[in-house]
Amino acid sequence: MNTTGSDRSSGEFSTVVELSFDRSEIEAVQSEVARELAERGFDESAAFAVRLAIEEALVNGFRHGNGGDLTKKVRFECRINSSSICIEVIDEGPGFNPDGVPDPTHESNLETPSGRGIMLMKAYMSEVEYLPPGNRVRMSYHRTPA
Amino acid sequence: MAAQMARLRVTRIGEVTQVEFVDRNILDESNIQQISEELTSVVDELPTPKLLIRFSNVEHLSSAALGAMITINNRVRGKDGLLKLSEIAPQIREVFTITKLDKIFEIHDDHEDALKSFS
Repeated sequence: MNTTGSDRSSGEFSTVVELSFDRSEIEAVQSEVARELAERGFDESAAFAVRLAIEEALVNGFRHGNGGDLTKKVRFECRINSSSICIEVIDEGPGFNPDGVPDPTHESNLETPSGRGIMLMKAYMSEVEYLPPGNRVRMSYHRTPA
Repeated sequence: MAAQMARLRVTRIGEVTQVEFVDRNILDESNIQQISEELTSVVDELPTPKLLIRFSNVEHLSSAALGAMITINNRVRGKDGLLKLSEIAPQIREVFTITKLDKIFEIHDDHEDALKSFS
Protein backbone atom coordinates (compact mmCIF):
# COMPACT_ATOMS: atom_id res chain seq x y z
CA MET A 1 0.00 0.00 0.00
CA ASN A 2 1.44 3.34 -1.01
CA THR A 3 -0.25 6.57 0.05
CA THR A 4 1.10 10.07 0.15
CA GLY A 5 -0.68 13.24 1.11
CA SER A 6 -0.31 16.78 2.29
CA ASP A 7 -2.86 18.58 4.43
CA ARG A 8 -2.52 22.18 3.35
CA SER A 9 -4.48 23.59 6.31
CA SER A 10 -2.24 21.95 8.93
CA GLY A 11 0.89 21.92 6.77
CA GLU A 12 1.38 18.23 7.54
CA PHE A 13 2.81 15.79 5.04
CA SER A 14 2.41 12.06 5.40
CA THR A 15 3.43 9.06 3.37
CA VAL A 16 3.21 5.28 3.65
CA VAL A 17 5.28 3.28 1.18
CA GLU A 18 6.00 -0.43 0.77
CA LEU A 19 9.58 -0.58 -0.47
CA SER A 20 11.59 -3.24 -2.25
CA PHE A 21 15.34 -3.50 -1.66
CA ASP A 22 16.06 -1.31 -4.63
CA ARG A 23 18.28 1.78 -4.58
CA SER A 24 15.96 3.79 -6.82
CA GLU A 25 13.03 3.24 -4.43
CA ILE A 26 15.13 4.25 -1.42
CA GLU A 27 16.37 7.35 -3.25
CA ALA A 28 12.81 8.30 -4.23
CA VAL A 29 11.78 8.23 -0.55
CA GLN A 30 14.90 10.17 0.49
CA SER A 31 14.30 12.84 -2.15
CA GLU A 32 10.65 13.26 -1.19
CA VAL A 33 11.47 13.62 2.51
CA ALA A 34 14.31 16.07 1.76
CA ARG A 35 11.97 18.17 -0.36
CA GLU A 36 9.26 18.26 2.32
CA LEU A 37 11.80 19.18 5.01
CA ALA A 38 13.24 21.97 2.84
CA GLU A 39 9.76 23.34 2.16
CA ARG A 40 9.21 23.61 5.92
CA GLY A 41 12.53 25.38 6.50
CA PHE A 42 14.43 22.54 8.18
CA ASP A 43 18.14 23.31 7.91
CA GLU A 44 20.96 21.33 6.33
CA SER A 45 21.96 19.59 9.56
CA ALA A 46 18.39 18.35 10.04
CA ALA A 47 18.30 17.09 6.46
CA PHE A 48 21.65 15.31 6.95
CA ALA A 49 20.49 13.70 10.21
CA VAL A 50 17.18 12.50 8.82
CA ARG A 51 18.72 11.19 5.61
CA LEU A 52 21.33 9.21 7.53
CA ALA A 53 18.77 7.77 9.96
CA ILE A 54 16.39 6.75 7.15
CA GLU A 55 19.26 5.14 5.23
CA GLU A 56 20.40 3.12 8.24
CA ALA A 57 16.87 2.08 9.25
CA LEU A 58 15.90 0.96 5.75
CA VAL A 59 19.13 -0.93 5.06
CA ASN A 60 18.91 -2.59 8.50
CA GLY A 61 15.33 -3.58 7.69
CA PHE A 62 16.24 -5.12 4.36
CA ARG A 63 19.62 -6.58 5.26
CA HIS A 64 19.14 -7.77 8.84
CA GLY A 65 15.35 -7.74 9.40
CA ASN A 66 14.38 -9.39 6.12
CA GLY A 67 17.66 -11.29 6.01
CA GLY A 68 18.41 -10.01 2.50
CA ASP A 69 15.33 -11.84 1.12
CA LEU A 70 14.52 -9.73 -1.94
CA THR A 71 10.90 -10.95 -2.01
CA LYS A 72 10.26 -9.22 1.33
CA LYS A 73 9.29 -5.57 1.71
CA VAL A 74 10.04 -2.83 4.19
CA ARG A 75 7.22 -0.46 5.07
CA PHE A 76 8.18 3.19 5.45
CA GLU A 77 5.83 5.59 7.23
CA CYS A 78 6.59 9.26 7.65
CA ARG A 79 4.82 12.34 8.97
CA ILE A 80 6.33 15.80 8.75
CA ASN A 81 4.99 19.03 10.20
CA SER A 82 6.55 22.41 10.83
CA SER A 83 8.43 21.30 13.93
CA SER A 84 9.14 17.60 13.64
CA ILE A 85 9.42 14.48 11.54
CA CYS A 86 8.21 11.08 12.73
CA ILE A 87 9.30 7.92 10.93
CA GLU A 88 8.46 4.25 11.30
CA VAL A 89 10.26 1.50 9.44
CA ILE A 90 8.78 -1.99 9.63
CA ASP A 91 10.39 -5.10 8.18
CA GLU A 92 8.96 -8.59 7.68
CA GLY A 93 11.49 -10.30 9.92
CA PRO A 94 11.03 -11.91 13.34
CA GLY A 95 12.55 -8.93 15.18
CA PHE A 96 15.59 -8.73 17.43
CA ASN A 97 16.75 -7.41 20.77
CA PRO A 98 18.37 -4.01 20.12
CA ASP A 99 19.94 -4.09 23.61
CA GLY A 100 21.93 -7.14 22.50
CA VAL A 101 23.85 -5.19 19.85
CA PRO A 102 27.43 -4.58 21.05
CA ASP A 103 28.54 -0.99 21.60
CA PRO A 104 30.51 -0.17 18.42
CA THR A 105 32.39 2.63 20.19
CA HIS A 106 33.87 0.25 22.77
CA GLU A 107 37.64 -0.01 22.33
CA SER A 108 37.43 -3.71 21.44
CA ASN A 109 34.83 -3.10 18.70
CA LEU A 110 36.36 -0.07 16.96
CA GLU A 111 37.93 -2.16 14.23
CA THR A 112 34.83 -4.26 13.61
CA PRO A 113 33.40 -3.22 10.22
CA SER A 114 29.69 -3.52 11.11
CA GLY A 115 27.24 -2.60 13.85
CA ARG A 116 27.14 1.22 13.69
CA GLY A 117 23.73 1.80 12.10
CA ILE A 118 21.62 1.86 15.26
CA MET A 119 24.05 4.05 17.18
CA LEU A 120 24.10 6.57 14.31
CA MET A 121 20.30 6.67 14.26
CA LYS A 122 20.28 7.29 18.02
CA ALA A 123 22.99 9.95 17.73
CA TYR A 124 21.27 11.93 14.99
CA MET A 125 17.58 11.59 15.86
CA SER A 126 15.81 13.05 18.91
CA GLU A 127 14.16 9.72 19.79
CA VAL A 128 14.63 6.16 18.57
CA GLU A 129 12.56 3.26 19.87
CA TYR A 130 12.34 -0.38 18.74
CA LEU A 131 8.88 -1.80 19.26
CA PRO A 132 8.45 -5.51 20.15
CA PRO A 133 9.31 -7.92 18.69
CA GLY A 134 11.97 -5.59 17.24
CA ASN A 135 10.96 -5.45 13.60
CA ARG A 136 9.55 -1.93 13.89
CA VAL A 137 11.64 1.13 14.64
CA ARG A 138 10.00 4.44 15.45
CA MET A 139 12.11 7.57 15.43
CA SER A 140 11.59 11.29 15.46
CA TYR A 141 13.52 14.48 14.94
CA HIS A 142 12.40 17.69 16.61
CA ARG A 143 13.53 20.99 15.25
CA THR A 144 15.50 23.04 17.77
CA PRO A 145 13.65 26.33 18.42
CA ALA A 146 15.50 29.29 16.88
CA MET B 1 50.21 8.56 -12.91
CA ALA B 2 46.42 8.58 -12.63
CA ALA B 3 44.01 5.73 -13.13
CA GLN B 4 40.26 5.87 -13.36
CA MET B 5 38.40 2.90 -11.94
CA ALA B 6 34.61 2.57 -11.88
CA ARG B 7 34.18 4.15 -8.44
CA LEU B 8 37.65 5.55 -7.68
CA ARG B 9 40.23 7.89 -9.16
CA VAL B 10 43.71 6.71 -8.20
CA THR B 11 46.78 8.96 -8.49
CA ARG B 12 50.36 8.18 -7.55
CA ILE B 13 52.13 11.14 -5.87
CA GLY B 14 55.68 10.05 -5.03
CA GLU B 15 55.35 7.15 -2.60
CA VAL B 16 51.75 7.99 -1.78
CA THR B 17 48.80 6.48 -3.57
CA GLN B 18 45.94 8.94 -3.51
CA VAL B 19 42.36 7.79 -3.91
CA GLU B 20 39.30 9.95 -4.62
CA PHE B 21 35.70 8.82 -4.84
CA VAL B 22 33.71 9.23 -8.02
CA ASP B 23 30.44 9.31 -6.05
CA ARG B 24 29.21 12.16 -3.88
CA ASN B 25 27.00 9.77 -1.91
CA ILE B 26 28.51 6.53 -0.64
CA LEU B 27 25.32 4.76 0.35
CA ASP B 28 24.38 2.14 -2.17
CA GLU B 29 25.41 -1.35 -1.05
CA SER B 30 26.54 -2.48 -4.50
CA ASN B 31 28.60 0.70 -4.93
CA ILE B 32 30.19 0.21 -1.52
CA GLN B 33 30.98 -3.38 -2.45
CA GLN B 34 32.62 -2.16 -5.64
CA ILE B 35 34.55 0.54 -3.76
CA SER B 36 35.82 -2.15 -1.36
CA GLU B 37 36.94 -4.36 -4.21
CA GLU B 38 38.70 -1.51 -6.00
CA LEU B 39 40.42 -0.33 -2.80
CA THR B 40 41.48 -3.92 -2.10
CA SER B 41 43.03 -4.24 -5.56
CA VAL B 42 44.89 -0.93 -5.04
CA VAL B 43 46.26 -2.09 -1.68
CA ASP B 44 47.14 -5.56 -2.94
CA GLU B 45 49.32 -4.10 -5.70
CA LEU B 46 51.44 -2.16 -3.19
CA PRO B 47 54.13 -3.92 -1.13
CA THR B 48 53.83 -1.42 1.75
CA PRO B 49 50.83 0.80 0.99
CA LYS B 50 50.91 4.51 1.76
CA LEU B 51 47.33 5.32 1.00
CA LEU B 52 45.58 8.69 1.21
CA ILE B 53 41.80 8.67 0.75
CA ARG B 54 40.37 12.10 -0.07
CA PHE B 55 36.75 12.81 0.88
CA SER B 56 36.61 16.26 -0.70
CA ASN B 57 33.58 15.53 -2.90
CA VAL B 58 31.70 13.23 -0.51
CA GLU B 59 28.41 14.59 0.87
CA HIS B 60 26.80 11.53 2.44
CA LEU B 61 27.98 8.17 3.65
CA SER B 62 26.45 5.31 5.60
CA SER B 63 27.65 2.94 8.29
CA ALA B 64 28.31 0.40 5.51
CA ALA B 65 30.79 2.85 3.97
CA LEU B 66 32.47 3.24 7.37
CA GLY B 67 32.72 -0.54 7.49
CA ALA B 68 34.47 -0.55 4.12
CA MET B 69 37.01 2.00 5.41
CA ILE B 70 37.69 -0.13 8.50
CA THR B 71 38.17 -3.26 6.40
CA ILE B 72 40.64 -1.52 4.10
CA ASN B 73 42.46 0.00 7.08
CA ASN B 74 42.89 -3.47 8.58
CA ARG B 75 44.23 -4.70 5.23
CA VAL B 76 46.71 -1.80 4.93
CA ARG B 77 47.94 -2.34 8.48
CA GLY B 78 48.32 -6.03 7.75
CA LYS B 79 50.94 -5.02 5.18
CA ASP B 80 52.63 -2.58 7.60
CA GLY B 81 51.26 0.26 5.53
CA LEU B 82 49.65 3.59 6.36
CA LEU B 83 46.13 4.77 5.57
CA LYS B 84 45.19 8.40 6.11
CA LEU B 85 42.01 10.33 5.31
CA SER B 86 41.67 13.96 4.29
CA GLU B 87 39.23 16.78 3.49
CA ILE B 88 36.22 15.29 5.21
CA ALA B 89 33.24 17.68 5.25
CA PRO B 90 32.29 18.81 8.78
CA GLN B 91 29.03 16.85 8.86
CA ILE B 92 30.78 13.63 7.86
CA ARG B 93 33.70 14.37 10.17
CA GLU B 94 31.12 14.41 12.97
CA VAL B 95 30.08 10.86 11.98
CA PHE B 96 33.69 9.75 12.51
CA THR B 97 33.73 11.52 15.88
CA ILE B 98 30.41 10.05 17.07
CA THR B 99 31.49 6.53 16.13
CA LYS B 100 34.95 7.20 17.65
CA LEU B 101 36.52 6.13 14.37
CA ASP B 102 38.65 9.27 14.57
CA LYS B 103 40.64 7.19 17.11
CA ILE B 104 41.69 4.64 14.52
CA PHE B 105 41.95 6.89 11.44
CA GLU B 106 44.46 9.70 11.03
CA ILE B 107 42.37 12.51 9.53
CA HIS B 108 43.79 15.68 7.96
CA ASP B 109 41.78 18.76 7.05
CA ASP B 110 44.26 19.80 4.38
CA HIS B 111 45.38 17.74 1.40
CA GLU B 112 48.96 19.08 1.34
CA ASP B 113 49.38 18.48 5.06
CA ALA B 114 48.15 14.93 4.58
CA LEU B 115 50.67 14.27 1.81
CA LYS B 116 53.54 15.76 3.84
CA SER B 117 52.63 13.62 6.85
CA PHE B 118 53.70 10.46 5.00
CA SER B 119 57.32 11.61 4.65
